[in-house]
Amino acid sequence: MTDIPAPRRIPDRLDKPFRSAIFSWEALLVVVAVAIFAINSFASPYFLDPYSLSDLTFNFTEKGLIAFAMALLIISGEIDLSVAAIIALASTMMGMAVQAGAGTPVLVAIGIVVGLGCGAFNGLLVTRLGLPSIVVTIGTMSLFRGIAFIILGDQAYKGYPSSFAFFGQGYVWWVVSFELVLFLIAAVVYWFLLHRTSFGRRVFAIGNNPIAAQFSGVRVGRTKFLLFCLTGLMSGIASVLITSRLGSTRPSIAQGYELEVITMVVLGGVSILGGAGSIVGVVLAAFIMGLVTFGLGLLNVPGIVMSIFIGLLLIIVIALPIVWRRLRGGR
Amino acid sequence: MKAFLKYREIWLLAAIVVLIGLISTRFPAFADPGNLRQVFNDTSILMILALGQMVVILTRSIDLSMASNLCFTGMVVAMLNAAHPAIPIPLLIVVALLVGLVLGAINGLLVWRLNIPSIVVTLGTLTIYRGATFVLSGGAWVNADKMSPDFIGFQRAAFLGIPVLSWIAILVIGLFFVLMTRTALGRSIYAIGVNPTASVYAGIDVGRTKFIVFCISGMIGGLSGYLWISRYVIASVEVANGYELNIIAACVIGGISIAGGIGSVGGAVLGALFLGIISNALPVINISPFWQMAISGSAIILAVVLNARGERQQGRIILRKVEA
Repeated sequence: MTDIPAPRRIPDRLDKPFRSAIFSWEALLVVVAVAIFAINSFASPYFLDPYSLSDLTFNFTEKGLIAFAMALLIISGEIDLSVAAIIALASTMMGMAVQAGAGTPVLVAIGIVVGLGCGAFNGLLVTRLGLPSIVVTIGTMSLFRGIAFIILGDQAYKGYPSSFAFFGQGYVWWVVSFELVLFLIAAVVYWFLLHRTSFGRRVFAIGNNPIAAQFSGVRVGRTKFLLFCLTGLMSGIASVLITSRLGSTRPSIAQGYELEVITMVVLGGVSILGGAGSIVGVVLAAFIMGLVTFGLGLLNVPGIVMSIFIGLLLIIVIALPIVWRRLRGGR
Repeated sequence: MKAFLKYREIWLLAAIVVLIGLISTRFPAFADPGNLRQVFNDTSILMILALGQMVVILTRSIDLSMASNLCFTGMVVAMLNAAHPAIPIPLLIVVALLVGLVLGAINGLLVWRLNIPSIVVTLGTLTIYRGATFVLSGGAWVNADKMSPDFIGFQRAAFLGIPVLSWIAILVIGLFFVLMTRTALGRSIYAIGVNPTASVYAGIDVGRTKFIVFCISGMIGGLSGYLWISRYVIASVEVANGYELNIIAACVIGGISIAGGIGSVGGAVLGALFLGIISNALPVINISPFWQMAISGSAIILAVVLNARGERQQGRIILRKVEA
């Protein structure tokens, strides 16, 4: 009798009492983040340095930007596996525009518009035709990156204008990068959108029970469509940042990012089944993943071994509360 | 005749025949039986993997870790072979099956005992297993010159004019056919996908059955690990990187519903063959292989659009869902 899900409880009040806040998911993530931060600063003398810490942020800002929109999408009960492919396609289009002599504002516009267009395409397929998003976006993932491969083959686009480099390499003030500022602004915007607007409540309602939401007057299809557009838009923005940071475009750009973004979202406490999650959790998860990869990088641990830690972190953090609850007897 | 046309597999088979016909207008030798045998052989590993994935998807779960499992197990048998060339190949295959079984059982236990959604579990183990391959090998490759001639030659040996690899695929297809249509386990797998709640009331242990399907997909991943390494004669951390999505694509094209409960052995095999034919045909009709990704992406979208149309007509949920 393990598989019958209990009816989910939706809190009437958004603001949790202090006691439950201490035992919340976010609190657990803060503890994990502080622990990893402490371990890192003991493990490497180079860690506690403003410039190191600034470099650290580049590990998660681009993926984090997508993770915000992805969090909303997953809360609504859908998923988008094509985000990394959207990055590749948007980057390829920007590369083509550079070849045609486009300037920086045009490039940024192209990146964002292509991202938005890809997201809208996903959204149309899912909401208009009623298809499961996981399959649709596996398909568009091949399609979008496939188009990038058709255009580029084994070539690469280079020669981006020097003013374009600001988005991925520029600093707003001292060691605070443009990417970090954008990440923090997006965090606030998405926090407000999800937790303080009726749109956000609708997203939760859809994730908890799409049919009940429909009967309550929520336009489920349109809301989901908008969420796919948002995810595409954020992927487009991320594409501008990555392309600017790397200064070149290959069709294999951002390969595997989709899984890292989803890991970030799930680690942040968003239920993969939909209906629950918070932006604060996603921000913390982004920091944690950045801390882990950067800290291990300072210790000369190869990237592939880092991925073991990320994978273990994901499973352990998800499993801990379940084991904890079971040990205390209640199930 | 009308009932006959309802089977999705018939339409998929027709699509494959049309596809082969179209290709042979450009390149007549493609439809040659010898070449088609070659295409079947090339697609064998994908077919085997798609069958393993199918049983998981049928229970409303997903196994994203199959390609990483393949990579890890492949490295284990390759290193074993390089260190002890005397170990006979059948024993190595047993080792591959067992290693794969252990990796699959880890997935299954997490899904069964801790009730973590399978997509989260296998997303985690996807990176863990591939990372473990690096730790195991120290980042080194196992090249062809370190593998024994038997290790490489086993699957290439011809038996009744067909390579052993194809025979293994045929054997696996047969086993899955028996499993899905002639055993209680196969019926339980379908039942869970169609309606998990009703399955519980019908006396099926849903959690344990899910554990078993992950063990099956793990063993399939392990078996494919040996087959893949001995076919492409290189074992490295990069083996089959991202291939998990090809496996799922084969299932989707084969008409296996990601919502569970719908799908057949024939569908999975044909779905894999469809992808195999495309990847084999592109070079001979002078289309750059860079087109392959976009074509298979379009095929997935088209397949899911067509499948959704078919599924909507069936009233398959007969009991009210208890979940909110």
